[in-house]
Amino acid sequence: MQVAGFVSFQSNLLKGQIYVNHGGVLINIIFSTLSAPFGGAFCAFTLLSSNPAMATNVSAPARAVQSSSFPTMVLIAGWLIPGAGHLMLRKWVRGGLIMASILAMFTIGLALKGKIYSPNTGDLLDILNFAGDLGNGLLYVLARIFDLGQAAVQVATADYGTKFIVVAGLLNIISAVDAHSLATGRKRS
Amino acid sequence: MTISHFGAVLLFSLFTSVVFGITQRSDPRMMVRFGAFCFALFVGGTIAASWVMWLIKH
Repeated sequence: MQVAGFVSFQSNLLKGQIYVNHGGVLINIIFSTLSAPFGGAFCAFTLLSSNPAMATNVSAPARAVQSSSFPTMVLIAGWLIPGAGHLMLRKWVRGGLIMASILAMFTIGLALKGKIYSPNTGDLLDILNFAGDLGNGLLYVLARIFDLGQAAVQVATADYGTKFIVVAGLLNIISAVDAHSLATGRKRS
Repeated sequence: MTISHFGAVLLFSLFTSVVFGITQRSDPRMMVRFGAFCFALFVGGTIAASWVMWLIKH
């Protein structure tokens, strides 16, 4: 019987992996404890064939094995459609709240006769506002296609509308990055 | 659509706090607490800044 493995301790999280080769049967043990040493310990055991190439790791806390491009897809979906990144991760309430909030901010911004910025190389603030607007993803594209929003500020409260649209875009970027962090496991839950 | 300045503050604070609460905390209970904290800071900060501007003018 051959035994090999390692244990690491990083930021209050104890992780380890042990390989046991017993009579040609490879046993792969992966464990981690949250808030060690008092947190609950999770262990996962997998009995594998004698061919190490067929070994499949089961990590704990268990996460569904996703393809490597899945977090990127979550990021892009979250950017294009507000809340879609969280919905892809089955975070229904969070995704719904994010979608409702950003859609409401964008819609109120348009209703207040806010300005939709187009690509420009003029004033620095105009460029930054365009970058913020771009964060709305498909909402921005639709607004440009249907020529929504005002070209210039005409009433006093329209400036509020402009800011609502820009901030909606920035919040959408934050949400998409948060969904990406959830997909990669960088954020716990 | 017309909206008062204070109404705009409340709406802005509400939607922003919801997103901040969800994205900046992991535990649902902490999300609610942080969202409420952000909302109070947004609204309270705006009211405080308004009074400061009023005092500067007068």
